[in-house]
Amino acid sequence: MIPSGAKDQEFLLPASTSFIAFSLFVAVMLNWLPWHGWALALRPDFVALVLLYWCTHKPHHVGIGIAWVVGIFADVADASLFGQHALAYSVLAFGGIVLHRRVQMFDLRQQSMHVFPMLLLAYAAYAAVHWQIRGYIAWEYFLGAVVSALLWTPMTLLLQALRRPHRDPNEL
Amino acid sequence: MDDTRSLRFFNRGPSPVARLVFFCALSVLLLFVDARYQYLESTRKVIAVMIYPFQRLTALPGEVVGRISVYFETQNQLLENNAQLHQQHDLDAAQLTQMSAIQAENAQLRTLQELEQRVDYPMQMAEIVYVERDIFKRKLFVNKGSQTKVLPGQVVVDDTGVVGQVTRVYPWISEVTLVTDKDHAVPIQVLRNGLRAVVFGSGDISEMSLRYMPVSADLVEGDVLVTSGIDGIYPPNLPVAKIIKIERDPAYPFSRIICAPLAGVDRHRALLIVSGLPKMPELPTASDASSDPDRAGDHSKKKLRRRKP
Repeated sequence: MIPSGAKDQEFLLPASTSFIAFSLFVAVMLNWLPWHGWALALRPDFVALVLLYWCTHKPHHVGIGIAWVVGIFADVADASLFGQHALAYSVLAFGGIVLHRRVQMFDLRQQSMHVFPMLLLAYAAYAAVHWQIRGYIAWEYFLGAVVSALLWTPMTLLLQALRRPHRDPNEL
Repeated sequence: MDDTRSLRFFNRGPSPVARLVFFCALSVLLLFVDARYQYLESTRKVIAVMIYPFQRLTALPGEVVGRISVYFETQNQLLENNAQLHQQHDLDAAQLTQMSAIQAENAQLRTLQELEQRVDYPMQMAEIVYVERDIFKRKLFVNKGSQTKVLPGQVVVDDTGVVGQVTRVYPWISEVTLVTDKDHAVPIQVLRNGLRAVVFGSGDISEMSLRYMPVSADLVEGDVLVTSGIDGIYPPNLPVAKIIKIERDPAYPFSRIICAPLAGVDRHRALLIVSGLPKMPELPTASDASSDPDRAGDHSKKKLRRRKP
């Protein structure tokens, strides 16, 4: 049994490209669910979270380029301007890659603290474009960043659990 | 020799900063091009077609729940519903017969007055497939697109009033901007006295505002605003909103008027797209107006005089 404190020694399966693609796909689908009213204001950005997870845990697999492409798809789906999400996700991926060693040193609660400013920066990039085009700042939009940061822990646990090797019950 | 470069064990391409700068520049360039010009619409269409099945997939759970709940409706509920609909139908039928009489009369009067005849607008049913995720843009997507000859600029209504306007058309879906979208303007007329104005969306789900109306304007709470049809885009006489609050502060030149949209802008699944746009006489060219300012002024005065009685 792995001692719970020794998280660094935990053995995880190497994340396959298909698994990364699948997790991003699921996140995109979650983002596209028909949200309404207050739920819409509070909705976390699942794509940003999953992108950030892979950028901090597998910075050589998922980088700014992939984040940008995902952002372009998000732009079309949301009827926002081309490049709005792409810009936000690029900034987010950059933050994740630059800080990936530091983030991995901490436990999950502290990781959330680190993730929050990065998400805030990405949301700020999005809101800044919004402000430039439409002339006002959408403050409520930042609620989503708070909820996203709170979801960092459960999402990381979920993705780690999926990456753990399956144990053979008949093994000694 | 030429081995003066620092050794790199792992070749990982350009540094993150270089990548960030590159992709940010690319995004900003795209933003600029998209905001200023229309060059990227075809690209957007291609990507929209690619992601269309997945968008439908995300709407599927909701549809399935809706269909399942139909099975669990009791007979009582259905009977009650049916009786209610029958009653409504009877009422509507009575009104319709009256209306056809009035329409005939109106047509006759218009012929006598040598005015252009009003036409009926063909409508097509569309269903909402997907709602905008950004809460500050009041937009939604419906399941009719250029395949069924939807055009940008067409008006979308429901059974009680104007919901919005088609702003972008893809092959199978089209994007509808709701009347409550921030700064979306609808030219209207007050049903009670024919006062013309423009009503603006406020970005809030249940609010619109009537701007630039003088404090003395003849408006009361409860007035119904219908489309005036003089813009050439909205067909006339569709209900849009109702005034719910008027604040007349003499310190400001304009009164603050808040309206509530009449249509269930955020309620329905099925909407109607009004597909025939009214034909307008061509606008006079700018050179005509500027070369003959007196006559232009005369013309507008005449128009005003005709409106008054």
